[in-house]
Amino acid sequence: MALFLNIIFYILTFLAIYVQVFFLVTFFENRKKIVIRTKDIELEHYPSVTIIVPCYNEENTVGNTINSLSALNYPKDKLNIIVVDNASKDGTWDVLQNYTDNPQIKIFQEIKVGKHNALNKGLENITTDFVGCLDADSTVHPEALKRIMTYFSNPKTMAVAPSIVVNNPKNLIQYAQRAEYDMAHYNKKMLAFLGGIHVTPGPFSIFRKEVFEQIGIYKKAHHTEDQEIALRMQKNGLQIDHAPDAYVYTNSPSSVPKLYRQRVRWIYGFIRNALDYRELFFKPKYGSIGIFTLPSGFISVIGTIFLLFFSFVQLYTVIARKILQTQAVGFHIINGKVFSFDFFTLDSRTFVFVSIMLYILVIIGLLNGRRMIHGRKKYIWWDIPVFIIIYMFIAPIWLLKAVWNAVTSKEASWAKERDYLIKSNN
Amino acid sequence: MEIENNKKNDWMKYVVVLVITLGLFAVAGGLSNFFTNKKVETMQEVQNKLATDILSSETQFSLLSELSCGQDDGSENLSGELSDMASKIDYSENNFKDNSVATELKRYYTILEIKDFILTKKINQRCGNKRVPILYFYTTAENCTECTKQGFVLTELRKKYPDLKVYSFDYSTDVSALTALLKIYKISDKELPALVIDENKATGFKSVEDIKKLYPNIIKLLPKDTTKIIPVKK
Repeated sequence: MALFLNIIFYILTFLAIYVQVFFLVTFFENRKKIVIRTKDIELEHYPSVTIIVPCYNEENTVGNTINSLSALNYPKDKLNIIVVDNASKDGTWDVLQNYTDNPQIKIFQEIKVGKHNALNKGLENITTDFVGCLDADSTVHPEALKRIMTYFSNPKTMAVAPSIVVNNPKNLIQYAQRAEYDMAHYNKKMLAFLGGIHVTPGPFSIFRKEVFEQIGIYKKAHHTEDQEIALRMQKNGLQIDHAPDAYVYTNSPSSVPKLYRQRVRWIYGFIRNALDYRELFFKPKYGSIGIFTLPSGFISVIGTIFLLFFSFVQLYTVIARKILQTQAVGFHIINGKVFSFDFFTLDSRTFVFVSIMLYILVIIGLLNGRRMIHGRKKYIWWDIPVFIIIYMFIAPIWLLKAVWNAVTSKEASWAKERDYLIKSNN
Repeated sequence: MEIENNKKNDWMKYVVVLVITLGLFAVAGGLSNFFTNKKVETMQEVQNKLATDILSSETQFSLLSELSCGQDDGSENLSGELSDMASKIDYSENNFKDNSVATELKRYYTILEIKDFILTKKINQRCGNKRVPILYFYTTAENCTECTKQGFVLTELRKKYPDLKVYSFDYSTDVSALTALLKIYKISDKELPALVIDENKATGFKSVEDIKKLYPNIIKLLPKDTTKIIPVKK
């Protein structure tokens, strides 16, 4: 049993380290190509763009989202905004009435519930060459759109994903997420270099209109439409890039239960979408998505769950020994030298060093991501250990739940999650 | 453009990354070996010191056959060294990848224990029972929960009564001196853990209270100042 567990542990850590080294090599190969612009830029030509804002019960936040879109440094006549109210039960529709006079903004209602329906309603009404969407819980940096549009100078680039930044973190959970997002930026940019991006995030990914003409509109996709469309693009050989300096500020879940719900949905969506697109797996003709992104995603899901199990087994041996000791000689809290330090009993098995290496590689990635996105500013550093500790304990739980839901086909719902968020905010 | 170029290099890169990853694993393995060797060195040092100390006690004992019994015979700290060694060997058996080194050290340690046991008996015969030797037999050949528990009890007892000398023997250690000892006390692997105190054998798990009941003279024979220590259970 112990041998079996160890073998699995080594296989999984080997794969995890492999992925991290792969990213690091990619980073050193391409780091000169990572462009971070801090000043305003001018484009030679401003293509027309429509941004679709799907909203469901967002009376409190949709105003900010629309205002941040109006504040984009982009010619007003080239930027259209379509807001789709997706059968909200609150005052969202009334809030939207304030914008009916604005020629830039069009308002629609979609009674069929589902984010994909709202997005498709928007797609039906676009007249521009480019289209993107912005979730109503996010706002954008004024330069974000221009920075994204520069990536379309490559005629093969069909979609560009932005950098999603945690908006104004206030508590430990949000700081932990900020660190996590920095790591995600790094992973995403490396995947972009490899041509293996698997998600065009709901907040502010911009597509060429042809994408939808060529591969069809949004589908119902396990409440993660942004993953499904990216996989469908990859399957059809449409390239996705990533603009690290196009910042989108998103309101991150502020408590563990909220974060838990969001992640169960994301990971459930990843598993189900990846299974729907299982024909991509290990097929060189689809490029990195099938050889690299999807398998490593699965490995990280399996690995994290295994690690939880592995830790429990280790913990069990320690506790079992303590129980035996208590049975034999009674319970002693302080019995002689409790905190004695002996070099001899420091664990020096290979797996300890392997784990340390993996942690170092992950932290290097996170720091690279942080510097890539925010430049060489000075940062607080403690959010990194906070991130590692919090996620170490709770990530396996939402992973397990997501796997369980995927196996039992129980859908995690975006609408339900939004209801829950609103309820718990009030 | 970038993406296309990368596609060409893809396979080469997968191989290079594989080599780097294998290299990292080799470094991890190397580090582990390095520290394990350091630990083995530490164990050998302790073992050598132990051997020298026992030899010194023996020599002192033979030299001064008129040794006055109150005098320090040098074996005071041996008990501590023996237990330190025991815990290190125990740790190595559980944690070293290749525990052949630990096994070898354990064989040597077993002989040292027997030597010290004989010496203690001799000193006791001449000077009256000052130190109480306990022989403790266990096994690592099979999963012996009772043995683990017995180990805890003896550690506890030794903490309370420093003059107690516990000699632990792994039944499965391959040393002829141990085989002889097993024969003398008729220890079979069917009845482990087993204790021998004052030439009396007891088999199966014995708690602190059991041992006190079975061998009341343990406490009587100990120097008065150590009996003042609070008993294990009230």
